[in-house]
Amino acid sequence: MDILKLTALELGKKIKAKEISVREAAEAALERAKAAEPELNSYVTLDEEGALAQAEEIQKKIDQGEAAGPLAGVPTAIKDNMCIKGKLTTCSSKILSNFRPTFTAEAVENLQRAGAVILGKTNMDEFAMGSTTETSWYGPTRNPHNTAHVPGGSSGGSCAAVAAEESFYSLGSDTGGSIRQPSSFCGVVGMKPTYGTVSRYGLIAYGSSLDQIGPITKDVADCAAVLEAIASHDAKDSTSIARGDYRFTEALVNDVQGLKIGIPRDYLGDGLDSEVQEAVTEAAKVLEKCGAKVEMFDLGLVKYAIPAYYTIAAAEASSNLERFDGVKYGYRTADYEGLHDMYKRTRSEGFGPEVKRRIMLGSFVLSSGYYDAYYLKALRVKALIKQAFDRAFEKYDVILGPAAPTTAPELGKSLSDPIKMYLGDIYTISVNLAGLPGISIPVGRDGKGLPIGMQLIGNVFQEKTLFRAAYTYECATEKQYEGPAEFGREFGKEARQ
Amino acid sequence: MANKISDETIEYVGILAKLELSEEEKEAAKADMEKMLDYIDTLNELDTSGVEPMSHVFPVSNVFREDVVTNGDNREETLANAPLRKEDSFEVPRTIG
Amino acid sequence: MAKQYETVIGLEVHIELATKTKIFCGCSTEFGGAPNSHTCPVCTGMPGSLPVLNKQVVEYAMAIGLATNCRITQVCKFDRKNYFYPDNPQNYQISQLYLPIARDGYVEIETGNGKKKVRIHEMHMEEDAGKLIHDEWDDTSLVDYNRSGVPLVEIVSEPDMRTADEVIAYLEKLRMIVQYLGASDCKLQEGSMRADVNLSVREVGSETFGTRTEMKNLNSFKAIAHAIEGERQRQIELLEEGREVIQETRRWDDNKEHSYAMRSKEDAQDYRYFPEPDLVPIVISDEWIERVKAAQPELRSEKLERYKKEFDIPEYDAEIITESKKTADLFEAAAAACGKPKKVANWIMVEVFRLMKETGTEPEDLTFSPENLAKLIDLVDAGTINGTVAKKVFEKIFTDNVDPEKYVEEQGLKTVSDEGALKEVVEQVIAANPKAVEDYKGGKEKALGALMGQTMRTMKGKADPGVVNQMLREMLK
Repeated sequence: MDILKLTALELGKKIKAKEISVREAAEAALERAKAAEPELNSYVTLDEEGALAQAEEIQKKIDQGEAAGPLAGVPTAIKDNMCIKGKLTTCSSKILSNFRPTFTAEAVENLQRAGAVILGKTNMDEFAMGSTTETSWYGPTRNPHNTAHVPGGSSGGSCAAVAAEESFYSLGSDTGGSIRQPSSFCGVVGMKPTYGTVSRYGLIAYGSSLDQIGPITKDVADCAAVLEAIASHDAKDSTSIARGDYRFTEALVNDVQGLKIGIPRDYLGDGLDSEVQEAVTEAAKVLEKCGAKVEMFDLGLVKYAIPAYYTIAAAEASSNLERFDGVKYGYRTADYEGLHDMYKRTRSEGFGPEVKRRIMLGSFVLSSGYYDAYYLKALRVKALIKQAFDRAFEKYDVILGPAAPTTAPELGKSLSDPIKMYLGDIYTISVNLAGLPGISIPVGRDGKGLPIGMQLIGNVFQEKTLFRAAYTYECATEKQYEGPAEFGREFGKEARQ
Repeated sequence: MANKISDETIEYVGILAKLELSEEEKEAAKADMEKMLDYIDTLNELDTSGVEPMSHVFPVSNVFREDVVTNGDNREETLANAPLRKEDSFEVPRTIG
Repeated sequence: MAKQYETVIGLEVHIELATKTKIFCGCSTEFGGAPNSHTCPVCTGMPGSLPVLNKQVVEYAMAIGLATNCRITQVCKFDRKNYFYPDNPQNYQISQLYLPIARDGYVEIETGNGKKKVRIHEMHMEEDAGKLIHDEWDDTSLVDYNRSGVPLVEIVSEPDMRTADEVIAYLEKLRMIVQYLGASDCKLQEGSMRADVNLSVREVGSETFGTRTEMKNLNSFKAIAHAIEGERQRQIELLEEGREVIQETRRWDDNKEHSYAMRSKEDAQDYRYFPEPDLVPIVISDEWIERVKAAQPELRSEKLERYKKEFDIPEYDAEIITESKKTADLFEAAAAACGKPKKVANWIMVEVFRLMKETGTEPEDLTFSPENLAKLIDLVDAGTINGTVAKKVFEKIFTDNVDPEKYVEEQGLKTVSDEGALKEVVEQVIAANPKAVEDYKGGKEKALGALMGQTMRTMKGKADPGVVNQMLREMLK
């Protein structure tokens, strides 16, 4: 039996049935990761010793009947912007390159309660700012499907780790598409839940009003199960919402009869790769055949989401990242003269170019004289975008479209033109502005063998509708998770070809 | 309208953000910011008069804690990551006055 | 004739609220403690930490707003104020700019020319900063976050004050109101009440305001009065020399009696306020306002009326005693313990106030227990000690809160009531002072006083003066 081929739920079952021990599962993933890492760089920290110790612990709990959940004993990986007590947590930034939190993020604690074995912390764009995982201080992560390409970002490490079977599932965070876009590029399932569904306590903030933690998995069933484990109402996060129903796995039903699906015409316009368009249209037809009613409509305001988003996210980020100053934790410059010099050098040496770019922009749009024209204007546009979605959800249960306009670009081709890079977030960003849930699922590959993702967007709190639609699609296409084709079992030096 | 960012503005924003940019970085930052602001200016195509700025998506309000002490002496944890520590305090370059 | 100038003063008063915990976390607000011993990830700005608002802060702020005649903002929000400084762990302070909790109030003060209203522009909630200790020797500062996150309200007045006296009257009034509400102890020395003074001068008759400066670091009424006078002089001198007042923040150094500018090119005073995304709005219903009103402790005017009725003490006494909540509380507790309100009132108005004045003690710093005052009054009434001894004993109660019963016993201060012993002393005094005896018998009533004094001195004050008087008269008949 090839343990690595199993989904998280399948593995959980076998562990429960004592067919596989927790240690075997952890070792399989660790071995795989150790072989793949020189090529992929999915992890900032691979914690072999810690993982094996946890495996021991959890096996005991399972044996004593204390850990009976469906994910008990299943190894996972956590994006490196979520705090784990005592474990290096860097946000892939030099400025946090020595930071060991004194507490654990609520979402991670929830996973630990569910019996997760944490293999390590995954690579990301620095402070989640980027769409390629190339802005990491620890070097880029490569796409397991073709290592000349990026895995997307900012949760690129988390998505690559799942796609390359270095972990059975992972957690990512999504501020403007950072789970859905790399999931699409890596051929895995990724969901950004409704804002407030998963606690942000312990998630190192980028854009506080937009950030959400979510699952990255091999299939839709795993995705629902992981969300069920991590979602909670947390009194430590004032924006956390008490939801009556957290039983997301109940929605794994193969039935979309009568489901109303709208495809925004504005999502299929300029800049959309024809292969992506084809694959997504094909996927919509599958759902139609299953009984859904699919039609095109005009969502509106699509092109305004990106400038509004970058204004709001940069403003919040400029403030959120002020705390990194060399006083309380993290990197402090070696030579300085006086306080302000210490601040400036620490921050200038500690942050990478993309982070500095957004801090500068954010500081500017909040500065005296510009606040109304830029920041408040963006918040007003955000209100309009929310209204546009509200109108759409009066007619449709689900909005369907691509997760990204293209498949994964080649390494080194994106950072030079930021606006072009930001345009890659066009389908995902407005979902964060409106606080909605969105899921990306694989629906095919392009001519180069790179995965294509379809995004389903739901109204607030309608994750279950998304799971049902996504699950139905999976059943209809008999699509089982398939390992990366070109990046095969054998990690030869020629993996790239 | 094409935005123009002056040297003074970049300097000023650098002071606000506590970032020190090299001459090269400053030029790049100017160009970047001009482009981004031109892009953001497209928002002005939208009439937002009468629209309330939306900072929170959900109408959630009144999330409180009760006034009960829950934390004890955490100084070791607080200071665990200090780049420079002196006894039980963080040490920083002398602040003025 | 030289130009006449008028001083225009507005105040920003920071008051630390009397909550048990900080504004956004469950750390204790207790004063003192080893550096950083009252801290957690939230109040030290650890990455990933998030604030959750202490409900009691909102209720205290509402109470203060209502008691200062403000309008409560029924949908209010927090904003971030961004500036880098090591005492501010996140490098932004969570405060309120756009929708502060209360607006448009006033308090009434007494001035030389009668009553005057000082208007309140707005009041907002915010978090306090940590403490910086400067090391003189090695050019470093030490940061302690124990105070970081302690809840504050900032009360911003309109520029309605014209003299230092008015400023002090305003501060005393605010302090009284807030203390009565139990919302803060308002100790200037410990920094739980602090004032920044905005001051400008203009020629008398001018309609427009001059350029103002802001003075910080004022931690006593005396410093405030000095700073106002110093800054007023400085600005007038500038204007007289034809120079301009620069709008700036200045730090008052009370030792040098001089203020100096705090400006630096690294401080661009641009706080980039924006709505705090980590906190949700506060919606205050009419019903909630009513509940806070109903739960308000008795205000001074109510207390004053009740004292007159319940304790039958004169208006004048009631006014003086209720001037501070602390003395009022002492009065009530002591009156309850001994059942003699009028006597308690007298003790407070005479002895307590005298000692406060002599030792420079503020009412909120009084430490003696009302039970000990009550016991002392009982001792006098029972004739166990006389009035002169009682005053001495009270001084010990005032400073060390001694138990008067024990103290009198230990020190042997009881009035000697043994007639035989007393008679012996009186006889000795008569024998030793023939001149005085003669004078008295010759009709000089004053001479009796000298004999009395002599007797009391010999008795070390422990005799009942009435009894001594009586005995002398008997024996000299």
